[in-house]
Amino acid sequence: MAAGYDYEEAPGTYDDANRQDVGYDPNFVPDSVKSFVVHLYRHIREKNVYEIHQMYEISFQTLSDRLFKDTPWPSVDAVAHYVDNDQVFCLLYREMWFRHLYARLSPTLKQRIDSWDNYCSLFQVVLHRVVNMQLPNQWLWDMVDEFVYQFQSFCQYRAKMKNKTEQEIALLRQFDQAWNVYGVLNYLQAFVEKSNIIQILEQEKEGGEQFTATDGYDYSGGSNVLKVLGYFSMVGLLRVHCLLGDYQTGLKCLLPIDISQQGVYTSVIGSHIATIYHYGFANLMMRRYVEAIHEFNKILLYIYKTKQYHQKSPQYEQILKKNEQMYALLAICLSLCPQVKLVEETVNSQLREKYGEKMARMQRYDDEAFAIYDELFSYACPKFITPSAPSFEEPLVNYNQDAYRLQLKLFLYEVKQQQLLSGVRTFLKVYSTISLGKLANYMEVDETTLRSILLTYKHKTHAVDSDGKIISNADLDFYIDDDMIHVVESKSVKRYGDYFLRQIVKLEGVITDMDRIKLE
Amino acid sequence: MGRETPKQQQQVSYTVEQLVAVNPYNPDIVPELENYVNEQVSSQTYSLDANLCLLRLYQFEPERMSTQIVARILVKALMAMPAPDFSLCLFLIPERVQMEEQFKTLIVLSHYLETGRFRQFWDEAAKSRHIVEAVPGFEQAIQAYAIHVLSLTYQKIPRSVLAEAINIEGLSLDKFLEHQAANSGWILEKGHVRGQLIVLPRNEFNHPELKKSATETVPLEHITRIFPILG
Repeated sequence: MAAGYDYEEAPGTYDDANRQDVGYDPNFVPDSVKSFVVHLYRHIREKNVYEIHQMYEISFQTLSDRLFKDTPWPSVDAVAHYVDNDQVFCLLYREMWFRHLYARLSPTLKQRIDSWDNYCSLFQVVLHRVVNMQLPNQWLWDMVDEFVYQFQSFCQYRAKMKNKTEQEIALLRQFDQAWNVYGVLNYLQAFVEKSNIIQILEQEKEGGEQFTATDGYDYSGGSNVLKVLGYFSMVGLLRVHCLLGDYQTGLKCLLPIDISQQGVYTSVIGSHIATIYHYGFANLMMRRYVEAIHEFNKILLYIYKTKQYHQKSPQYEQILKKNEQMYALLAICLSLCPQVKLVEETVNSQLREKYGEKMARMQRYDDEAFAIYDELFSYACPKFITPSAPSFEEPLVNYNQDAYRLQLKLFLYEVKQQQLLSGVRTFLKVYSTISLGKLANYMEVDETTLRSILLTYKHKTHAVDSDGKIISNADLDFYIDDDMIHVVESKSVKRYGDYFLRQIVKLEGVITDMDRIKLE
Repeated sequence: MGRETPKQQQQVSYTVEQLVAVNPYNPDIVPELENYVNEQVSSQTYSLDANLCLLRLYQFEPERMSTQIVARILVKALMAMPAPDFSLCLFLIPERVQMEEQFKTLIVLSHYLETGRFRQFWDEAAKSRHIVEAVPGFEQAIQAYAIHVLSLTYQKIPRSVLAEAINIEGLSLDKFLEHQAANSGWILEKGHVRGQLIVLPRNEFNHPELKKSATETVPLEHITRIFPILG
């Protein structure tokens, strides 16, 4: 197992309340904060989505950097009277308050529990009351994203029982419903159902509804909050299922979103990346390597072209991190399924630079190779969790690595099963026909073993796709006629259909332009 | 559970599938899902989604896990090969449970099937009758998988290789071959040096010239995008 693998999180075992208290007065409200909440409150009431977005994305960050580098924002009680004690605004403010805390400081157990309570209250308002706001997609995505993140963080925190204080254990026992897995999953599911988002997306395909076309915003006087939260919750569900190791169900939850097209999920870069990262990872674990390579290739190219526009954004670091992780996953996929033709030129050269040497070593399938697979998997995988409540019996242990260890072990097991295929591939590249006897000789195995190896090659390179069909992902293929192996090189992929479609659209564009000129 | 009429059975599975689709994150449905596993075993049906749902719930509350039910789920998953269902289930089963004897055996069986080692598989399965005989249809399902992989690989296969893979010999094999020849397009060729050769049906995997280039099929949705232009 890769040494030094740990979930990056500032250690939360000491009493962080002390750290936070130094120089922090929860009731002190600087003028800039007063101005911030007053204006934000007004914009939300007036549904000025653009201004809300500017304040949410930029002003909040600027103020945080300037005044709250390592302390929390003023407490909600201190600012409530500036905003008419509006319940919904206070819940939103608190959500941002906790998010800032998690990002800059280390939450205490009590704060984790309070944050859970806040999400429950906020979500219940959205689910059960008629909410009249329009909020920017960025904010709505951040809510879902942060909700899942805090759940993941809590599971990891809770699983480290060894050094828990008596106080912490008592709190955990008392508030055993906080961040329980049923609650988290059921909220996400409730958003999906109550928003009717699946039916909306269906109807949109037939031209009945407008959702993607308006980026999820409601231009007929209503609210986008429930619908868009429902939409992003599908990505949230995919993410939670990946954390649990249930890749099949995760992909099922994402099914209503067509990732071959633009959509609301691409309207926020964080959502776009999270979706494809988890989609690709799930496909990798389900051995659908071609599908994973295809999607990683697309998003890595997209990030390459667009990351410069996000340099000032607070998400920039996360974007870079996910970018690196996806290159690692792509390296793994291509080592297990060598189909370099699927990778675009720019992405390929980046890949060679980062992992060229490692990929060469991975394909040797010796002990060193397994160590590299281990390393890359551990670096790039999601932070798997154990969702069940801890045992409070002595001796208290840390079990926060159990889930990760299991996924890694099963992944390496699969890699090991493919070990002998590398040797076969080398020989198949060189011969167009070869007898079983001769090949068995070269590979220093008996004929029966060779037959098994060849069957393994066929089985592992022919995956079952989501519709139950068999698709070959072999670059090099063969068939056996009694005792002769006939090698078949797969035809290079020329996408004539796509090419013609593109040219048709282009030509239409040119004709339209020309028509316009004539009329003028 | 007693003998249920087919109509009743159909009603039960309809409800369970609905539950899994609509209300899967609910600890109260564990007993129904467990019953459903037993029903899948006895009526030779299969539902991966329902079984994954149950394994997830076991993950949420490990004290409720029934290793007997989990073992049955794994056997059913094995029967679903070449689909990767077996590993999908393993991802959800804690490591310490996987270390138990019956699960270690099932993992070994899966390993043999994944790596085309059919003789070793049938040997091991014979030693573990209590596990595999508890699930009707097991033998046929594995034989179907074996034939599937052989069909990807061979245009013509020696009788002995086939026999070892599907664990049928002698007169039973003769009958089996006749049946396949009559119904599935197998052709039995008279012996060469090593005896009978069986010609398996042609498909795009053992006859590459039959492979429709995937690139030549354009999905309908892509064409619909240019309907406004064509129209």
